[in-house]
Formats: sequence, C-alpha cells, structure tokens
Amino acid sequence: MSAPAPVASGRLVRLAVLVLPYAWLAVFFLLPFLIVAKIALSEVALGIPPYAPILRWTEENVLTLVLNLGNFALLAEDRFYLDAYLRSLRVAAVSAVLCLLIGYPMAYAIARSPERRRPLLLMLVVLPFWTSFLLRVMAWIGILQDQGVLNGLLLWLGVAQEPVRLLYTDAAVYLGIVYCYLPFMVLPLYATLARLDPVLIEAAADLGARPLRAFLTVTLPLSLPGIAAGFMLVFIPAVGEFVIPELLGGPSAQLVGRVLWVEFFQNRDWPMASALAVTLLLLLVVPIALFQHLTARRTRR
Amino acid sequence: MRRRLPWLGLALGAGYAFLYLPIALLVLLSFNESRLVTSWTGFSFRWYVALWNNAALIEAALLSLRIAAVSATGALVIGTLAGFALARLGAFRGRALFGAMVAAPLVMPEVITGLSLLLLFVALASVVGWPGERGVTTITIAHITFATAYVAVVVQSRLADFDESLEEAAMDLGARPWTVFATITLPLIAPALASGWLLAFTLSLDDLVIASFTSGPGATTLPMVVFSAMRLGLTPELFALATIIIAIVSAALVLALRLGRVASSLSRV
Repeated sequence: MSAPAPVASGRLVRLAVLVLPYAWLAVFFLLPFLIVAKIALSEVALGIPPYAPILRWTEENVLTLVLNLGNFALLAEDRFYLDAYLRSLRVAAVSAVLCLLIGYPMAYAIARSPERRRPLLLMLVVLPFWTSFLLRVMAWIGILQDQGVLNGLLLWLGVAQEPVRLLYTDAAVYLGIVYCYLPFMVLPLYATLARLDPVLIEAAADLGARPLRAFLTVTLPLSLPGIAAGFMLVFIPAVGEFVIPELLGGPSAQLVGRVLWVEFFQNRDWPMASALAVTLLLLLVVPIALFQHLTARRTRR
Repeated sequence: MRRRLPWLGLALGAGYAFLYLPIALLVLLSFNESRLVTSWTGFSFRWYVALWNNAALIEAALLSLRIAAVSATGALVIGTLAGFALARLGAFRGRALFGAMVAAPLVMPEVITGLSLLLLFVALASVVGWPGERGVTTITIAHITFATAYVAVVVQSRLADFDESLEEAAMDLGARPWTVFATITLPLIAPALASGWLLAFTLSLDDLVIASFTSGPGATTLPMVVFSAMRLGLTPELFALATIIIAIVSAALVLALRLGRVASSLSRV
C-alpha cells in the first residue's frame, strides 16, 4: 500500500495545471520586458512603429547589429531625467512612510477589536479601493482647487483672505498617493498583527514591561514582515505612478511615470520611453525581489 | 484582559474619516444643482440626467464592462491554475521564475506593464501579423495578464489555509483526482474564486494607464473618457458617475460580507 498521493501528483495533471499560466505569463509578462530592452537600444525614427531596427542590412548586404546607447547616455547626463528618478524615489518613500504612520494604528486597532467586528472594519478599509481610482482623485481636485471646498472653508472662516494654492503642489501629490494606497498598507499589517499571539504581550506585561516597552520589544519586531510587505506594496507602484502627479501635481512634479508618458504619447519617442522603463525596472528589481520573497514565505507558512 | 486604548479607536476613526470624507463629498455634490463645488443651490437630479444623455460616456462604460467581464473570466481561469500550481505542486522546474512572474505584476508600475505590452503587440504584429489592429482584444489580454496575479494570490492563500486531509480522505475512499477536485476542492475554494473574479473585474474596470498604452483607434474605455473629461475641469456629471459606482460597489460588498470571506482572503494579498 502506498501513501495517498496528493491531488495533483500525476505528471500529466501537473503539466495540465502549469502549461497555460506558465505560457501566458512567459509570453505576455516576461517576453515584453525583453522587447522593451531591445527597443531601448534602438534609434528613434519617423514611421510606424517609430523606431529603427537594431539588426539591419548595410549597403554591402552585411547584417549588422546597431546598438544605440544614446538613450541611456542621455538619461545619465541630463539632470532632468536624473532629477525625475530621485524625485520619484523620494515621493514614493515618503508616501510609504506616511501610509505606515497612518495605517499601523488602524491595522492595530482592527486586529485588537472583537473578532466578530473585524470583517466589517476591514471591509471599510477595502471599500474605497473597489470604487474608481480616478474618481477618488477627482474628489481631491474638488477639495483642493482654488475654487474648491477647502478654500471655500478657509475664506468663510476668515483664515485666508484669498484662495491658497493647494492643488498642483507637492503636498497634493503626497496626499493623493497616501489616500489611494492606504488600503495596501493596512491589509498586510492587519494580516500579521491578527496572527500575533496576545499571550506574548501578556507575558511581557506580567514580566513588568510597560505597554510602550511591550509594544516596542514584542509587537513591533513581530510585525516587521507586515511592515515590509505593506511598504513594498505602496513604494514600488508609487515610484512609477502617473495619474496622481499628473492630476494633482504642478509642473514641477515631474515623476518618472509622467516623464515616460510624455516621451511616449507626446514626443512619440518610443526608444526613450523604453530606456526610461528599463532603468526604472532595474531600480525596482531589488525591492520587487524582496517583495516576492516575502509573499513566498508568507504563503508557505 | 485586554486594556482598552482610547487613542487607538481615535486613530481608527480618523483613518476612516480620511478615507470616506472625500467620497461623501462626491456623493453630496452629485445632487447639487449648481455646477460649482462651493455653493449649494439646491437638490437636483440634473447631473444624473446629463450623465444618462452622455452617449460617449455610456458607450465607453458598456465597452469597459464588456472588457472587464471577459478579462476577469480569463484571469480567473489562468490565476486559479497558477495559484493551484504554487500551493499544491511542490517543487517543479522553473518554480522560482514562475513564482516571480505571478507575484511581480502585483507591484509592477503600470507605465512599465502598459509600455512593454504595447511593444510586444507591435513586435508580434510585424513578426506573425497578429494583432492586426490594437483595441478591445489587446486591452483584454493586458488586463488578463495583470489581474491573473491577484486571482492567483487569493486562490493560493485559500488553498494554503484549508485542510488537505479532506482531499486525502476522499482519495482514500477511492475518489479519482478529478472527482476530488470537483466535489471537495472546488466548493471549498469557491469564495476565493468569487472574490478573485470580482477583484479582477474591478481592476479592469478601473484601469487607465495600461488601457491607454494597449488601446487603438476606436476602443475608448470609461477611465479614458473620464480622464480626458477631468483634464478639462470637473463636472458634476462625473460626480454622479462616481456616486453610481459607489452605490453598486457598496451593495456588492454588503452582499459579499454576508457571504463572508472576501475581506479575509483579501487581507492576505
């Protein structure tokens, strides 16, 4: 008698399960990156599509590989692009920290509330995420614009004599990112905090630790995986964010996502947009790998 | 005994206020007779009527719903298989790469996904002659690709949670693998499948960036219409649209809460 085999043990079953998702993701997720890398190395050209092939026949009928590193050279030389990268990293990091500061107490409060109330409280965090992202950004335009709700309130209260510039500022960009990404911080934090055994904190209290000390030495270190996951879930997509800086930020809010969009849609410089994408991806490879490692570990448990 | 911490409740309340005040404002302003957000001139349904008569917007909404339904279904199939592979197949060749390809779209900046898929479609068109024209099909493929990751994570975490001895018992009793899957596994992961589908549907319906890159002439989705309208300035019509979306989502989530599971499986994303 052999032990009962797991459900998906037969070679054929395994193959059947794997082939479709593996092939789909290889063709539509992995392959595109290779193509982006290729086009980043080509020259911009007039035509459809607007780039020159990197493999071409010369007049002497010799197949030559023409690699154009000009796009990357320009990225490294032109302060405009370098600044955009640095600004994106800073905005994303600060936003992720702000999300953490707002989200941690929320997740902690939900995790410590009576068990039957938790699904509702969690649902309330998730619900805004299910409504339209664009329309929620629009709400902030209505609040922040010169003839907006907040300025109306300030004028009415007499705090300000004329409308204060709130929209199209860096602060508006931070506000928008924190607002839109907050659920992504709260959910993983809640998941780790809810799993945390309350006995550990009670033990710390029994041993004479004050609540703050118990929190700092027991709860906080044990919730680090949740903090890391939440940070990545906010930070990585925020680095490439387009919509929020475009709609809430001023002309100075040149983040990478926005620069890439302009290169592609307005300048029709596909190779330059590709070079921006490749560089952005290289910048994010380490955080993405870290995120993937965290998810893999979390689901193995 | 747990000590009650009043400031925790306060922080939670402030967090909810931050999340919901802007949404409440959208709903309120959609019923404002005036076009201005700062003056309330009376209750009116005029912006709902205007929305109803906005043919371009309605057409885009119908197109978006169609794309969302098809891509959510596609993502459900591929994502369920992917989640199943990660949770149940143990070690297999290329597992690390597979895991990375499943998890990475969750955080990949949209501009990268959008641009890379567009360049793939252009390259495919010149090499194999397909897709001849970009539009609904290419947007759908793009949406299936990034939504698959979300479905996979939801399904995988559900599978990781449940008791495998149920399946083993059925096998011991002589059930064939397919029977076990259909009568034990599938019903147990059904809530995860439902929330995965809904998540994929919502993500597709909401996507502006990836659709803008992968779309072609003639395929304008709802977010694309909303985005170009927003650039010209706010109109209460859009507030009315937001209110309708919020009403539908709230109703669906209340229903889901009754059925349970959505929140708990989402919390593991």
